[in-house]
Amino acid sequence: MTAALELRGIVKTFGELRANDGVDLAVEWGRVHALLGENGAGKSTLMNVVYGLTTPDSGEIVFDGRPVVIHGPQDAIRLGIGMVHQHFMLIPPLTVAENIILGQEITSPPGVIDLETAGRQVSELSQRYGLEVPPRARIESLSVGVQQRVEILKALYRGARLLILDEPTAVLTPQEIKGLFEIIRNLVAEGNAVIFITHKLGEVMEVADAITVMRRGKVVDHTTPQQSTPADLARMMVGRPVLLRVEKKPAHPGDVRLEVKGLVVHDDRKQVAVDGVDLDVRSGEIVGIAGVEGNGQNELVEAISGLRPAVSGQVLIGGRDVTRRSAKSRLHSGLSVIPPDRHRQGVILELPIADNLVLEDFDQPPFARWILRNLRAVFDYAAALIKQFDIRAAGPAEPTGSLSGGNQQKVVVARELGTNPEVLVAAQPTRGVDVGSIEFIHRQIVDQRDKGLAVLLVSSELDEVLSLSDRVAVVYRGRVVAILEGEEIDRDRIGLLMAGGAAA
Amino acid sequence: MRRWWSIFPGWVINLVIVPAASVVLGFGVAAIAIVATGADPSQAYLALFQGAFTNTNAFAETLVSSIPYVFLGLGVALGFRAGLFNIGAEGQFYIGSLSGVFVAYSLHLPALLLIPLSILAAMAGGFLYAGFAGFLKARFGAHEVITTIMLNYVSFLLANYLVTTPGLMLDPHTRTPRTPYIDPNAALPIIIPQSRLHAGFLLALVAIPLVWLLINRTTVGFRLRAVGYNPGAARAAGISVATTTVLAMGISGALAATAGIVQTLGIQHVMTPAVASGYGFDAIAVALLARSNPWAILPAAMLFGALHNGASFMQLQTQVSSDLISIVQASVIVFIAAPAIIRWLLRLREGQVAKVAITEREAISSV
Repeated sequence: MTAALELRGIVKTFGELRANDGVDLAVEWGRVHALLGENGAGKSTLMNVVYGLTTPDSGEIVFDGRPVVIHGPQDAIRLGIGMVHQHFMLIPPLTVAENIILGQEITSPPGVIDLETAGRQVSELSQRYGLEVPPRARIESLSVGVQQRVEILKALYRGARLLILDEPTAVLTPQEIKGLFEIIRNLVAEGNAVIFITHKLGEVMEVADAITVMRRGKVVDHTTPQQSTPADLARMMVGRPVLLRVEKKPAHPGDVRLEVKGLVVHDDRKQVAVDGVDLDVRSGEIVGIAGVEGNGQNELVEAISGLRPAVSGQVLIGGRDVTRRSAKSRLHSGLSVIPPDRHRQGVILELPIADNLVLEDFDQPPFARWILRNLRAVFDYAAALIKQFDIRAAGPAEPTGSLSGGNQQKVVVARELGTNPEVLVAAQPTRGVDVGSIEFIHRQIVDQRDKGLAVLLVSSELDEVLSLSDRVAVVYRGRVVAILEGEEIDRDRIGLLMAGGAAA
Repeated sequence: MRRWWSIFPGWVINLVIVPAASVVLGFGVAAIAIVATGADPSQAYLALFQGAFTNTNAFAETLVSSIPYVFLGLGVALGFRAGLFNIGAEGQFYIGSLSGVFVAYSLHLPALLLIPLSILAAMAGGFLYAGFAGFLKARFGAHEVITTIMLNYVSFLLANYLVTTPGLMLDPHTRTPRTPYIDPNAALPIIIPQSRLHAGFLLALVAIPLVWLLINRTTVGFRLRAVGYNPGAARAAGISVATTTVLAMGISGALAATAGIVQTLGIQHVMTPAVASGYGFDAIAVALLARSNPWAILPAAMLFGALHNGASFMQLQTQVSSDLISIVQASVIVFIAAPAIIRWLLRLREGQVAKVAITEREAISSV
């Protein structure tokens, strides 16, 4: 049996960084090959090499038994390689069929797009692989799970036989993930090959036939789900034994510190995004918000932070009504927020670590007198936090953008916890962060909870919500559809609620 | 392949080597244009240099020409640092002249009071005028490129109306459309005898460290940079993006306005109906060449001052049109805007040449 894809000794360097350092990989037809590794391990670089988005410094690519040189995605597509990126490349106002044929339009007469034929071809493809999509629906009206199917169809329409899926489950509900895995099964059953890039161990165990683990640009091992346990895989990924579960003592909740009453919030398009939410978070407990992304979580966080006005309802911090107060005044009255999008809201990459650590307090003493900044005080404070939060950096003056994702996120966590807040709203606190940093950040949050911090955790990683939370609120379409406690916190039940199923 | 210059730290490469290489290449491109017109580039550039530097008076005139570029360049650069593209420096220049000259001809005070008062009036005018564009952006989302361009026309026409209308700023004792002459005490003293070089040059030298201090060592400057780099993160940290936008546009406008009044108090001593000076637009190029760094504004402004000043002598001597310097300026900006070209020419590694920041890129693409 010929291998679908063989990579031999791929090397790709960016400056001093060896993103791929002599990588060998063999993917067979009819198999699901998981490429496992932390962010920055070199998975994406390797796949960009295969898809022609970057050229390797050295190494060989053999596709279906023939050595090939791939100069760009056009070459890759011509060979039959398709890639579904983590961020979809779809045009929202266009229909499913239009998006799928884009760039390969069928025209008859010449110059006029034949949507009739296109729609029929799309339907045929989708039936063949069980990829149900409405060909005439606009992309913007579809759920993320369906949009992903459109991306897969797009690749198949272009004749892909080897499909690369980059972190495909990040945006899906547990039920949608099951659906995706079925599709993947169908694809390989027809003799295609799938490369599945991920850092989630459970998914690898479930769907992969073969596993390649990468760390720091090198292949650590080739294995299979039968040969290795999740703990083995985690150790290979990180390079040391990892605690997969967060150890925590039972919660001792105290007074209510954060209270949300009948909160209604609009999104940017003036549609109701948060629809009458009631919540309270007590001192010493972690309340997790479980839900598929885009069900009002971001708007809820922004309304609590003071970045988005409440249409009605109230937000109380430490018993004080702050509904009409500015973000600044909330941040200075005991609220801390880890924003969901690190690069858009969490840190300013161009500024030094020190400046990012005082981003909320730069104009307060001792960091400033009148309008003059006291850089010595800023740097001393930063040096202390860098040590306390184990931020791996050359020093406080290093630009934040040169840190790894995990260390950037530690800068955010250090800033927010360094002020000893009463309430922490942690939105996607470990998104795009390496396993080591995840462990550290979880530890910090749990330790602060034990010291009496009230934590509202918003995460699209269900595992994170399940392992950290003392109570779980499930949101669906802007409403809290259930609040579960203790024994009620059950993965399948939450999955159903997240997808809009009624409370069982 | 490593070259000797890759041993320099990043800031030297970005602030010295890349702009210098851009300037050299800019002259190279313009030389092709000179050859195309049948003239000799070396003769033309020699005349340009002579006109700008080779005697005390020529050099003094180069400095005189560079004074408005310093203030305007600082203004535009400060806007860039806040993520704002103030294309209205030209208009703010006139508003500065207008509001400053009014004080300078109406009041009769000792020089030590009258000069600062006139300049403050100009700065206040420029602050309000540009701050209005900032307000339109903060409140209604109107892009500052559009509003400041439009406000340029408003300022020209306003200046013409005020200066030509009896009972307003028109000098009642003359038929020429102009304001009354400023009080002699308001004139900026000449610092090199027998030349036109006035104390405005010293003010420019003081303005540079002050603007650097403002941007890099004050809370206002920090807000401004935070918003410029990442408005989302600034907002999430409790910084008011709206206030910062108005403030940054205002300060940018105040600096541009200072250029106007310094020019009036130092050179013209009167204001006549406005004709586009072009200074405000050249200033965008000055700020780009200086990579929005206040210290680098001085050499950039002096280069533009020298081009401005040497051009007429070049035309006189070699019949090469003084418009040629526009080609030099434009090609310099192209090379600044395309760091990849410089990187390739100098064999620098990726990452050693900073990409032009977003607003600067926006500036380049819309100029």
